[in-house]
Amino acid sequence: MAETTLGDLAIEVRSKNAGPFWITMELFMRDADGYRIAADETFLDETVVADLYRVDAGSVQIFRIPSLNVVKISYPRPFSQGSLRDRDVHAGQHHVPLAQLVVP
Amino acid sequence: MTSDNVESVSIMVPSGMLGAGFPEETITRGIALGADVIAVDGGSTDSGPHYLGASKPKTTAAAVSRDLRLLLRAAAGAGIPLIVGSCGTSGTDDGVDWVAGIVADLLAEEGLSMKVARIYSEQRAADLKNPLEAGRIRPLPPLGDLDVATLEDCTHIVAMMGHEPIAEALSSGAQVVLAGRATDTANAAAYALLKGMPAGPTWHAAKIVECGGQCTTNPRTGGVFATIDRTGFTIEPLDESAACTPISVAAHMLYETANPFQMREPDGTLDVRDAVYTALDERRVRVEGSLFHHAEQHTIKLEGARITGYETMSFSAIRDPLILADIEGWASLMHAVLTHRVEQTLGLTGEDYAYDLRLYGYNAVLGDLDPSTEPPREVGVMLLVRAADQALATAVAKVANPLMLHLPAQDMDYLPSLAFPGSPAEVERGAAYEFVLNHAVDSLTPTAMFRTEMGEKHHG
Repeated sequence: MAETTLGDLAIEVRSKNAGPFWITMELFMRDADGYRIAADETFLDETVVADLYRVDAGSVQIFRIPSLNVVKISYPRPFSQGSLRDRDVHAGQHHVPLAQLVVP
Repeated sequence: MTSDNVESVSIMVPSGMLGAGFPEETITRGIALGADVIAVDGGSTDSGPHYLGASKPKTTAAAVSRDLRLLLRAAAGAGIPLIVGSCGTSGTDDGVDWVAGIVADLLAEEGLSMKVARIYSEQRAADLKNPLEAGRIRPLPPLGDLDVATLEDCTHIVAMMGHEPIAEALSSGAQVVLAGRATDTANAAAYALLKGMPAGPTWHAAKIVECGGQCTTNPRTGGVFATIDRTGFTIEPLDESAACTPISVAAHMLYETANPFQMREPDGTLDVRDAVYTALDERRVRVEGSLFHHAEQHTIKLEGARITGYETMSFSAIRDPLILADIEGWASLMHAVLTHRVEQTLGLTGEDYAYDLRLYGYNAVLGDLDPSTEPPREVGVMLLVRAADQALATAVAKVANPLMLHLPAQDMDYLPSLAFPGSPAEVERGAAYEFVLNHAVDSLTPTAMFRTEMGEKHHG
């Protein structure tokens, strides 16, 4: 059987700029069961995000919002917006590594 | 400011961005619902530093003019004010004048007489030195302390106004307010605050409506209509086929904001942690419990962009399976041969220029972060070169041209010819910019950094 990813359990996983210096991502989970998995700190925490996106774990912010079945993650942009090394000016495609994270 | 003892204020936000378009009938409906004010955002930093750095709008004049014509007609017909925030994308003085010029033409064409206020938000580096030296400018994470040289390097600096300069213009009788850089929320909040609506519901409603229909179940159908009163606000889409649900409204607090519970404005902090979202019916939502904590110190955020160099782009494409089988090997060969050839022909080392080689179809978007290991069917090779001037950037791209056309993979014993999508091969992109300011100034007064002019603009 194929592995299940966070994206499989979500209505939508998205990423976007939060101003020119931050990227923010949201996992909109389908239901409370999916939310419990995404919100589980032993599965998804600052270190996991830091490894996925090669940023400093200390700069990662995670917000868990049970009323919306949402987990929201924010971290400073590794590349300045619109600079030579920035390949995603709106940061709209950066959710994919998070969405493809395999759930336990 | 006066409160006029009104019980509620209704705001129509036709779309998330002036020039993005909306169905004309949604405006008719908003007026019929009893809109007290029309507010629309005209800008953003979301598309990058070029628009501020070059002081150029992202939208085209025809699209802005089309939207403004309908909004000016509606506002004039109903006798209500129209507020445009962050004019011209970045809110520079050019941006305000650009929108003001379009408005002046439209008023003449439509035979309308409306009092127009222009609020300028651009700052001179020289004027920011004193506050900087006095310790009144502080960095916002992740940026560090500011120095004078960084201010002086900026081609344009704008200050993000809160509601106060807009409210002041309305108090002075402005029927159309064209604001320079303003917080996304300030243009929607200004009229309601002026009329004495409580800050918590007003700022929360302003955040929810700032992107128009984004907080509805169908963002493509146009804008939203919100009514703020003493205890909260009620929101519905302008299009009757779309709906606001507690989830669609609450979820918009997450959009493009790092912290989903708190949002700083010049005058204080919106706090929605205890907000309650209730469905009134199939398509209207009631929100209560929003708080606003007034700050002891009013602050104004600065935005500034500087030139980092000049860019030239070249693009070719690979379909040959022999190369695609080891695309990473081909890319590292490209790096090695290109840097060698540039040094050999132009005498340039890595300090004189920079480039980014992007393999579209393979890993160009996410680079090393990409989780996929699938072999690509075809790959677009973009070479983006940056140098201190345009001629140098183009020279490097021209040295790269034979490689973009013919570079074989390591173990190919013939020269392939790769696919160029057009001629000429190089595209000069002009100046490249970066945002360098993310700093807050302690305001002397909420309006001191902004200049308001009423009536026709007199050039010269």
